[in-house]
Amino acid sequence: MFHIYCPHCAEYREEEEFHAAGQAHIARPLDPEACSDKEWGEYMFFRKNPRGIHHELWVHAAGCRKFFNITRDTQSYEIKEVYKIGEKPSVVAE
Amino acid sequence: MQRYSGFGLLKHSLTHHENWQRTWRNPTPKKEYDVVIIGGGGHGLATAYYLAKEHGITNVAVIEKGYLGGGNTARNTTIVRSNYLWDESAHLYEHAMKLWEGLSQDLNYNVMFSQRGVLNLGHTLQDMRDIERRVNANRLNGIDGEVLDPQQIKEIVPHMDCSDNTRYPILGASWQPRGGVARHDAVAWGFARGADSFGVDLIQETEVTDLIIEDGTITGVKTNRYGDIKAGRVGCVVAGNSSVLAKKAGFELPLESHPLQALVSEPIKPILDTVVMSNHVHGYVSQSDKGDLVIGAGIDGYTGYGQRGSYPTIEHTVQAIVELFPVFSRVRMNRQWGGIVDTCPDACPIISKTPVKNLFFNCGWGTGGFKATPGAGNVFAASLATGEMHPLAEPFSMFRFHDGALIDEHGAAGVAH
Repeated sequence: MFHIYCPHCAEYREEEEFHAAGQAHIARPLDPEACSDKEWGEYMFFRKNPRGIHHELWVHAAGCRKFFNITRDTQSYEIKEVYKIGEKPSVVAE
Repeated sequence: MQRYSGFGLLKHSLTHHENWQRTWRNPTPKKEYDVVIIGGGGHGLATAYYLAKEHGITNVAVIEKGYLGGGNTARNTTIVRSNYLWDESAHLYEHAMKLWEGLSQDLNYNVMFSQRGVLNLGHTLQDMRDIERRVNANRLNGIDGEVLDPQQIKEIVPHMDCSDNTRYPILGASWQPRGGVARHDAVAWGFARGADSFGVDLIQETEVTDLIIEDGTITGVKTNRYGDIKAGRVGCVVAGNSSVLAKKAGFELPLESHPLQALVSEPIKPILDTVVMSNHVHGYVSQSDKGDLVIGAGIDGYTGYGQRGSYPTIEHTVQAIVELFPVFSRVRMNRQWGGIVDTCPDACPIISKTPVKNLFFNCGWGTGGFKATPGAGNVFAASLATGEMHPLAEPFSMFRFHDGALIDEHGAAGVAH
C-alpha cells in the first residue's frame, strides 16, 4: 500500500484515493495531421516501461481530482519524489 | 527418454522408486545454437518443444535466469478457455485449446487438463448483449459456447448466489464446456522434459545480460555465466521483462508491466467443480484438486516489476468472490502472491518480428498467457523455424500499433483469466 503525498492537498493519503495514469511527460505532437503512422502509433501506444526509475502521472481521483507526477522505482516501489505538472523531476535514471 | 506408464510405476516400485531417470539434463551450453530462446517459462519451453518436434530443429537452447517455469507460469490461476470475440484471437486460442486436448498424451506427462467448463457471468443488460454477441461469434468460429439463464447457472453452481437479492444480480452467463484448468507446473515440466528428450539444452540460473546486434541483425546473446552464445535466430519470451530486453535491442514496445495478484484459500472439501468468472464484480474462482479455492482478479493500476501488489486489490477481489459466493465468507486465505504481466493496449499479445533482423518477440499476453501456452509455443516455433510469421501469429505483429489494425479484446479479456 502506497502512502502518497498529494502536492495539491499538501497531505499524505492512502493509495486507494489515487489512480495511476501511466508514463508522464508524453508530449502530444503539435501537428497530429503531419505525423506519420509510425510517429502517431508511438505517441499513442509505445511506452518506456522501465525496471527502475519511472516518472509517472497520477490523479488524486477520490480527493482534489488534480493530476501530478511521481518519480518511483518500479522494482522497489519506493516513491522518490512528487512534483506538480509542468515541473521537472530532480531524480532521474542514469 | 524414459516413458511414464502404469507398468513403469509398477516396475520402479520394486526398487523403491530410487532409479527414476532425471526429468531433464542440466547441460553446459555450447558456443553456438541455431535458435536461442530467452525465457524458460511455459511459452519458451513449448516453443523449444515444437521447434524440435515439428520442425526438426534440435540445436536449441532455452536460457532462463531463474528456474524453469518459476515466473508467471507458476503464478497464474491455471484457467484455460478459448471463447474470444474476434476471429484473430479466437483462432489463436482455439488452436491452443485443440493442443491442450491431446497434450498429456503428446508429452507423455500428465498436465491434469480438466475440461470442467468455464462460466463468464453477466450482471447488466450490456453484459448480456456482449455475452450473446461473443457466444454467437464463437459458434461461427467453431468454438463451443452457450448462453445460460440464472436457473441453468444455478444447476451448474448450486452454491452461487443467483437470486435477485444481491447488489449485482446474475442475469446470465456464457458457458464454454471445453474450458477448464490445467496443472501449471506440470505444463512447464512436461514441455521441458519433451524438449530435453529431443536434445534441447535447458540452461537455468543464467541471465541474458545483453543482446549482440551487428548491422541490425542479432547474432547472439551475452550471459552472466557462460559469456557470449551465438545464435542464428533469437526468440524472446520473457513476459513482464520484455520491455527491458527490447530496450537492450534498441526499440520500445507498446507494453506496460503490472503486478497481477492471486490467492488461494485453505483446502476445503469439493464445492466448486467448474470455473466461475465475472468481469462486472471483478473476480474469478475455481477449486484446485488439492481443495483450495484459487482466486484472482485484476491488475494493480501502477506499473511495477516487484512481483507483489497492493492490499486494496486483494480486498476488492475477495469482496467480489464473497458477493458471488456468500458461503465462502468464512474461508480463510492461505497464500497470496503477485506476478508481473506485460499488458498490451488492446489486451492481445504480440507474436512478432522486430526492427532487429532474426530477433522475434512473444510477449504482451497480459493477464491471460497461460491458456495459450501450447498454441503460442506452436506458432512461435513455426515462425522461428521459417523466419516468417505463422498465419495465426501474423495479425499479432507489434507493428499493428503503427498501422492501427488493433484486435480489441477488452470485452473478452479485460478482466478474467
